[in-house]
Amino acid sequence: MEPLTSKKKVLEQKPLTLAERMYLPAIAKGMAITISHFFKKEATIRYPEVEREFSTNFRGMHSLKRDEEGKERCTACGLCALSCPAEAITMIAAERKPEEKDLYREEKYASVYEINMLRCIFCGLCEEACPKEAIYLDGPIVPADYLRKDFIYGKDKLVEQPLNKK
Amino acid sequence: MDIAFVIEKFVLVAIIFGISLVIAMYSTYAERKVAAFLQDRLGPDRAGPAGMFQPLADGLKMFMKEEIIPTNASKWLFMIGPGLAMLTACIGTAVIPWGSAITVGDRVIPLQVTDINVGILYIFGVVSLGVYGVMIGGWASNNKYSLLSAIRAASQNISYEIAMGLSIIALLLVTGSMSLKEIVEGQHGWHWNVLYQPVGFILFMVCAFAETNRAPFDLPECETELIGGYHTEYSSMKLGFYLFAEYINMFVSAAVMATLYFGGYNYPGMDWVLANTGPVIGPLIGVGVFFIKIFAFIFFFMWVRWTIPRFRYDQLMHLGWKVLIPLAIANIVVTSVVIAVIEGF
Repeated sequence: MEPLTSKKKVLEQKPLTLAERMYLPAIAKGMAITISHFFKKEATIRYPEVEREFSTNFRGMHSLKRDEEGKERCTACGLCALSCPAEAITMIAAERKPEEKDLYREEKYASVYEINMLRCIFCGLCEEACPKEAIYLDGPIVPADYLRKDFIYGKDKLVEQPLNKK
Repeated sequence: MDIAFVIEKFVLVAIIFGISLVIAMYSTYAERKVAAFLQDRLGPDRAGPAGMFQPLADGLKMFMKEEIIPTNASKWLFMIGPGLAMLTACIGTAVIPWGSAITVGDRVIPLQVTDINVGILYIFGVVSLGVYGVMIGGWASNNKYSLLSAIRAASQNISYEIAMGLSIIALLLVTGSMSLKEIVEGQHGWHWNVLYQPVGFILFMVCAFAETNRAPFDLPECETELIGGYHTEYSSMKLGFYLFAEYINMFVSAAVMATLYFGGYNYPGMDWVLANTGPVIGPLIGVGVFFIKIFAFIFFFMWVRWTIPRFRYDQLMHLGWKVLIPLAIANIVVTSVVIAVIEGF
């Protein structure tokens, strides 16, 4: 067959020259390379103390947002759970009572909102599905834990801190 | 022999023993740090400031580990192996002159445990004994890999000892003495032997790498072929002793190289310093210079280890028998001819 490119290069094994057989020039060259790395800046980031900067569209832990008056935005419509390809989100809806007007924005809210962090694939589809801009994946990396049950995050971990809380 | 003499020697032995153990301990730390820096990493930095207590933590870990002696191992030899490795590593320091004599009052204290007139032969004897620890341990483990490693270590040491001995002969022709003290005294100021014996020095250094089982000649413990080599079956402090003995060996051979070829405690301008600092501080500065040379060699050992890949076994034998030995013999011939010519005219 005709060669398709002209990049073919036949390597022939030549006997080693005297300098190559002596090893020493090659060793000196190698040692010069390693010692030059001795003075270079190390690439290590000391993780627990220093964290690598994430890109702006990094998707980490979810947070359930509040509006400008500190009311929870989520209305438990279930679109996030529906859109979730990993089926990580479950919720139970409840009706707002008159005295809870300051806590929830609309008449319906999520009394239980759970995300299983072991199922979640951090695709961000819940974020896109949400009509109320209530869920964002803007948190840090989900921390490690020992038990599976501890990875099911409830509202206590997901809901944003109230604005007026000092 | 008066009692003061015995005390003086005893103190000297204790100090040297302590220093060589501490240096070996911190060599493990230095090795990891140097390796890290050469690879753009940081190395151990968690235990204490900049990881300074890492060797202590490692030592503690070694002590606390479970001790396992394989059922089919030869129990006594299995236990003697690491002890012998450690012993032979430590006794090599006895003949090394650490500095010129200190004068306190009318008492002259030589900074050398003993100046035997065949010091070089003593070093050779001790170094070749060192392989027994490896051999006995490897054989007693009753493990194929350990045995193979022990055989490798033995044949490697035998091969390289010849080249080492021959490279020393050329040095003896130059210095005219086998006493380490006299060899050092002969290199006063900057008249270091490496200037007269550069080829001999390179030969000696290559052989020293092979004798201490350091990279690129660390075939007895190459992980890819022999798991852990002769210390595959070892655990706890016995393993620690083997690893430790390697570092002490490195320290001793660095000291020997500095003594034989790099002037020991001599340095340019030493006469002026000795005349101006008195009979105690002056020699101690020399000791400091000697240790700087030793540390430079230890750094060199590590630098080489993290640069050069391991030799294949046939390459090792080829280098030992077909390159180093003929070169060493040629070095002897050239040196003796040059000396004869210089003395003849």
